[in-house]
Amino acid sequence: MSKSLRKFKPLNVILGVTFAFLYIPIFTLIAMSFNGSHSPFIFKGFSFKWYSVLIHDAQVIHGLINTLIVATGSTVLSTVLGTMLAVGLHRYSKSAALNAFSLAPAIVPDIVLGIGLLALYALLSVSLGLYSVLFAHVVFSMAFVTAVVKARLANTDGDLREASMDLGATRTGTFIRITLPSIAPAILAGALLSFTLSLDEFVIAFFTNGPTTPTLPIVIYSMVRFGVTPEINALATLLMIVSVTTVIIAQRMTRQRAKVR
Amino acid sequence: MIEPRNLIEIRNLTHDYGSVRALDDVSLDIRENEFFALLGPSGCGKTTLLRILAGFESPLTGSVHLSGQDLIALPANKRPINLMFQSYALFPHMSVGANIAYGLEREKLSKQEIESRVAEVLETVGLQEKIKVRPSQLSGGQRQRVALARAIVKRPKLLLLDEPLSALDRKVRSEMQLELKRLQLEVGITFVVVTHDQEEAMSMADRIAVMVEGKISQVDSPVDLYQRPSTAYVADFIGDGNFFDGVVVPEGIMHKSLGLLPGNRYGKEISGDAHLLIRPEDMRVADSGEHSIPAVVQDVQFFGGASTLVLTIFGRPVPILVSQPGATSAQRGAMVNLTWNAQKAIILPNDPRRSAL
Repeated sequence: MSKSLRKFKPLNVILGVTFAFLYIPIFTLIAMSFNGSHSPFIFKGFSFKWYSVLIHDAQVIHGLINTLIVATGSTVLSTVLGTMLAVGLHRYSKSAALNAFSLAPAIVPDIVLGIGLLALYALLSVSLGLYSVLFAHVVFSMAFVTAVVKARLANTDGDLREASMDLGATRTGTFIRITLPSIAPAILAGALLSFTLSLDEFVIAFFTNGPTTPTLPIVIYSMVRFGVTPEINALATLLMIVSVTTVIIAQRMTRQRAKVR
Repeated sequence: MIEPRNLIEIRNLTHDYGSVRALDDVSLDIRENEFFALLGPSGCGKTTLLRILAGFESPLTGSVHLSGQDLIALPANKRPINLMFQSYALFPHMSVGANIAYGLEREKLSKQEIESRVAEVLETVGLQEKIKVRPSQLSGGQRQRVALARAIVKRPKLLLLDEPLSALDRKVRSEMQLELKRLQLEVGITFVVVTHDQEEAMSMADRIAVMVEGKISQVDSPVDLYQRPSTAYVADFIGDGNFFDGVVVPEGIMHKSLGLLPGNRYGKEISGDAHLLIRPEDMRVADSGEHSIPAVVQDVQFFGGASTLVLTIFGRPVPILVSQPGATSAQRGAMVNLTWNAQKAIILPNDPRRSAL
């Protein structure tokens, strides 16, 4: 692949343009977050000023705390439920439809999920708040956990479980000593994935949020309505670093799985 | 001589997978301390039988007793039986030592006893220095030794081995073949090996059950299976053979183009259509003789200790194999006559599974 690329120079150009298209917006954002000027468009010297403004912005901190509560809560819930669903589906169901339904919330457009959840909360006369966002996030992140854990189970369950039973272990003992440790990397990867997804989720949160408890993406949205400031660039840069780091860790987890096999 | 006692008594086992009959009224005895092989092509039901013995499947009907005790009623984790998986199924998150100790810990043995038994079994399989290593760092042959150690350390009454050599390369395979045999004698546990490889079964087992389509065709020692197969299918599955089809006459069979081919019925009542089986080493190339068949030498293969001649007979698509000790003077393309020892040519009842030859 790399050899043929070196031969065909025009392909290298296309590759470069493609990556530029992908990454120039992000690098612009990062660069502008260190902008000393008030204008988000004119660069006037390197400065950490906006990061300092950011951490003293009560509105942002409030949003961040809300987001962390939602992300942590939905991650814990969706990891436990998603793992249980994956184990149950893997062992006791051969139904393709049931498997598809378990993954559908991850594919359904966010806006559909958001409106649907809002309609459901209204129907049940549930007042909106952080918990309504939290449960809404569980709905889709659970599907991601299920998918990741199920893929792992397909590789490791079966023989290992039977071997454990054959050596005299009970069903419960086998689950704790053999199944859980062997799917642990996938569970952790699923948890990190649902944490990042929740962290920057906007559409569903927008529909299911209470008026006094905005999550961080909603805070950013309301700030942007009055124009992009370097402060938002700084915030976006920080969010991106957290997300990218988490995704890299999650990927490492999945790669380790391949090595064990 | 003491009559060998039965360890396992299998009676009238029948099992279905959906609409497929995996086991069809199987009855079988496995003796104490023997090395037993279940041999058959894939889909013959041997793995189903193994899984029923291990306790991972419950048969539709039939019974299995171990020294008189009803096995079917016991769950897998309560049976004095261990299985060595084809994939070895070593726990990847545990060291070799922890893998082997796992089964003993489930028996709630004391820590000292577990430690000494793990050390002992590791010495038996020659992996003492690997106790702290993870399975992923071991070679295929070493993994298999660990899987074996993990099973025999439980001191089961019966050890089941599912295609134990299939995942190993050729050289390690023949090493392990000897090793398994040595271990079986050393630990004195009854071994049941499931395999589709007849050489593997023949070289290791004391007795072999040949299975076809959910049924047991024949249970015998390797020598008897080879020399006295009861069906043409078994004869074809075990070793090489030359088959001729014809109609039974008192001295042998009457072939429609080759005439009378003398053979031995071994006192069995066979009539009508039948096969005549002549093993390659029972055939000879001669200048002439009574009831000889003219043939053309197609190929000569010399293996040092023995030679195999591949010959063609006019009007027969399948070549004839003749093996003889040492080198041969036969030349490719030469016209020869084939004769055989009529005493050792076996007449077998017609088997529709064998296509006409």
